Amino acid sequence: MDRYAKQRAVGLAVRAATALVLAVMAVVIGVTLARGGRVLLADPAIAITPPGSRYMLEANGGFLHAMLGTAFIVGPATVVSMALAVSTAAYLQSDYSSERFSDAVNTFLNVLWGTPPIVYGVFVLTVVIAVGARTSLFFGIVAIAVFQYPIMTRYTDEALRSAPDTVREATYGLGATRFESAVVTARAALPGIVAGLIMGFARGVGDAATVLFTAGRSTRMPRGLFEPATTLPVLIFDQATSFNAEVRSHAYAASFVLIVIVLGLILASKLLAGRYARFAPGGRNS
Amino acid sequence: MTDTVLEAENLAVTYTGDRRVEAVKGIDLSVPANRLTAVIGPSGCGKSTFLKALDRLHDIQPGVEVSGEVYLRGDPVYGTDEPAPELRRRIGYVPQEPTALPLSIYENVAYGLRIHGIHESKQDLDDRVEQYLRQVDLWDEVDDRLDTPAAGLSTGQIQRLCLARSLAVEPDVLLCDEVTSALDPISAENVEETLAALAEEYTIVMVTHSMNQAKRLADEVVFLYLGEVVEANGVRSFFEDPQHERTKRFVSGPAEDEYVVSDAD
Repeated sequence: MDRYAKQRAVGLAVRAATALVLAVMAVVIGVTLARGGRVLLADPAIAITPPGSRYMLEANGGFLHAMLGTAFIVGPATVVSMALAVSTAAYLQSDYSSERFSDAVNTFLNVLWGTPPIVYGVFVLTVVIAVGARTSLFFGIVAIAVFQYPIMTRYTDEALRSAPDTVREATYGLGATRFESAVVTARAALPGIVAGLIMGFARGVGDAATVLFTAGRSTRMPRGLFEPATTLPVLIFDQATSFNAEVRSHAYAASFVLIVIVLGLILASKLLAGRYARFAPGGRNS
Repeated sequence: MTDTVLEAENLAVTYTGDRRVEAVKGIDLSVPANRLTAVIGPSGCGKSTFLKALDRLHDIQPGVEVSGEVYLRGDPVYGTDEPAPELRRRIGYVPQEPTALPLSIYENVAYGLRIHGIHESKQDLDDRVEQYLRQVDLWDEVDDRLDTPAAGLSTGQIQRLCLARSLAVEPDVLLCDEVTSALDPISAENVEETLAALAEEYTIVMVTHSMNQAKRLADEVVFLYLGEVVEANGVRSFFEDPQHERTKRFVSGPAEDEYVVSDAD
């Protein structure tokens, strides 16, 4: 095979692989949107109606409890996790941390990232049992925060690392304090940090395994921090395995909502990143 | 005898990474007020390291040891209780690489003024930003797009913006690290013209590896080789009557091509 034939073959393979991925994605999103959309259009109220007392058996009411559960668990978890992630990443970049320590922490974070989320769920569950508590919104938040932490830290760390040293040097040269300099450096890294924030949030919204054991698979509205709750992915699992065909159809509606949220977040991260990238060194104003 | 703005005494810098490298070996130097002092020498002779040591910029870098003394108008720069940011404000530093802060053009110049509180009102801030942008001949090129990202400027414009930004905090001395080496010949010429104009009212220490640039701009020349001062003299005597053998060789011809990078003439 001559070199141009080889080049054509590789090009073809790459395009085929891309097409396959796009096709699978189109089918998944398309089917979810079509079937979920049909259910939702027929009765949009199910997304904002609290479940009835026998919702899983009779499909009375809707799944507002999981919508709220998702918001109440993933929202606070993202805030906590982001604060920890930014602090960790800033520390790893700073003059306080040695190169070897940073490398070690990064390896550790990669391991955490690769750990299946069900392991976090079980881990937090053992804590729940050890302290003699029961599954609740609070432990759901803890589990999701632990799950998001390595994702957000790695994104933030990468972003800060890619911000040029020269910016730091330039601000110090002007007489900036460490903090003042960090603020400007962070600005250069903002697209990456925002991407990390949104990716972490999206992953948190979409994960079932972590909340399965920790938040409680509740079928009622969340009533307090230490009361059981549930999130959309767990609800979808429960709905999809229900005996009642109408409940199963609600699983498509819930999936629709979930996919729209995740797609929306990813789109938002793209737009925001582009918006901030205008100011980044090397960026061009459009 | 003109008065001295910046003085280095036995200043030495050692990198303590995988192996110890003494990049700057005990340099004594006086920088006279309102003159342009050029520090020249081949690449890797310790020029930039020396310049950063004058501004305590090695503080922020791990694995660097600095010894010796630096005095800024008689005040010690090292081993003092005065916070380093205050000292660095008084010593302007323009890095080799044209670096726009990830802010708008306006905010790039206003940045130093803001962090040090050097303005009384919004109007005053506006005026100062304009004043310093004019001083580096950038105002007319950017006055209609001050709010756009500085990263959108050309590298030559960014380098002049860096000068404006450094001047805005009213330093006693301006350190310029090969500020034209990353630029194309035309931008380099613009920046050089700006430097020449600034040299009339500021004290500038300029690192360069270009002899011709030193010849064109400098009042005083310091020749560094392998971390040591070989010769320091007024620009005329330095080039017309070099005292040391090594200086003679350096002055008499571009033996190594890096001596002449970025020189059009």
